[in-house]
Amino acid sequence: MTEAFEDRSLRDSAAGSRNDASDTGGRAASARDYSLVGRDARRAVETGLASAEWYHTDIPRKQMKELMQRRDAPAIRDTAIWLGALVTSGAGAVYFWGTWWCVPFFLVYGVLYGSASDSRWHECGHGTAFRTQWMNDAVYQIACFMIMRNPVTWRWSHARHHTDTIIVGRDREITVMRPPDLLRVSLLFVGVTDVWEAMRDMVRNAAGRLNEEEKTFIPEQERPQLFRVARIWAAIYAATILLAVAMGSILPLMLIGLPRIYGAWHFVLTGLLQHGGLADNVLDHRLNSRTVHINPISRFIYWNMNYHVEHHMFPMVPYHGLPKLHELIKHDLPAASPSMWAGYREMIPAFLRQLRYEDYFLKRELPPTARPYREDLHGQAAAAR
Amino acid sequence: MTDWIEACGAEDIDEEDVIRFDHAGRTFAIYRSPGNEYFATDGLCTHEKVHLAGGLVMDDIIECPKHNGRFNYKTGAARGAPVCVDLRTYPVKVEDGKVFLQVG
Repeated sequence: MTEAFEDRSLRDSAAGSRNDASDTGGRAASARDYSLVGRDARRAVETGLASAEWYHTDIPRKQMKELMQRRDAPAIRDTAIWLGALVTSGAGAVYFWGTWWCVPFFLVYGVLYGSASDSRWHECGHGTAFRTQWMNDAVYQIACFMIMRNPVTWRWSHARHHTDTIIVGRDREITVMRPPDLLRVSLLFVGVTDVWEAMRDMVRNAAGRLNEEEKTFIPEQERPQLFRVARIWAAIYAATILLAVAMGSILPLMLIGLPRIYGAWHFVLTGLLQHGGLADNVLDHRLNSRTVHINPISRFIYWNMNYHVEHHMFPMVPYHGLPKLHELIKHDLPAASPSMWAGYREMIPAFLRQLRYEDYFLKRELPPTARPYREDLHGQAAAAR
Repeated sequence: MTDWIEACGAEDIDEEDVIRFDHAGRTFAIYRSPGNEYFATDGLCTHEKVHLAGGLVMDDIIECPKHNGRFNYKTGAARGAPVCVDLRTYPVKVEDGKVFLQVG
């Protein structure tokens, strides 16, 4: 069950003198400043929303240790299947190139390249997929290239995402900002806007430059490696383009680069559900993250990140331990959405509502067995404003 | 010379695990290695000040529970992003089944 929530206490506290739809009529002027160097970034620090203490369900240490244990075997198996299927589908696409038979092969190749890389980047970035660290690092580098996320930038960006999840002005990984830009969100499914941004960032980084936001979360000593990776990637893409020109065929780009566009739809489909339509500027992942039950194929592609409340609450638990963690703590969490369809059925109307009233969000109902939401903590943040 | 402070019983820490110890307004992490040796570091991760006692001990590594930053708890050395600053370590001894810590 989900409760529609127009949280005036949070809104008023979090936004200070922000406007709302009733003041402006029709679509509200954006009251949130998502810049990492802007007004809400400063405000989050001043009010204690930045680097704050977050709610955790209590789990006995012994059980937590078992859940956190690393193993190589599941990720080696899954990586062999992933890369094996990638090579096989790619080979089929090349073999049938020039006929319609290549289309199904590219559909599979694209999702494995442009979507499965998202979850591999994520899990290996946490260092939890494999027990052996060099395996995490190797898959991380490969997946980062495919998903077009600089491995240095995004390691630090994602650390911030976990410190300040959906805190406006602090979290760089808020996909749907309020009020939602639904055209931009729609274009994500075909990878247009984010690929353009990734290419722009790569060229800037290859030239040895960071923008002001990147400077806020990437330490000095990490930057030479960031620039080096951007230059290597730029060289790979340049070589691919040259090969395509020399061959007089787009085929090389269909295998390197373009799959991030035509295969992105699955990671966007699953990724939007992580936080879409839920609360911002709160300190309880049960309020700003969503767990969704999805089909086994999507779970393989997504590496169980559909257990997203659990992942944020306990990022040390590997992807293969998340179903068990879910069973252990579900008494303390809002009921998981039973399907992606159910998730979108609540999320899309919330986006539409936020067009007119951006402080609207979905407050997911807790079961009677759960500890209540930490209104005390949110209240403290409010009182500080 | 700093005195040795009794921190806990040797059996209070499981093998390949860590516990928290607070003393005089400071917080520490005390480790028991897979080889049954004891070590101590500052309690908070140098990245975001999260307590390491909630983390995972693997061989000679402690992994921070919040961002998975890794340290060698025997030397305090940071072992890669997102941790860049080493942990301070402290001498530890075990006598009569008790773990003692020498805090500077």
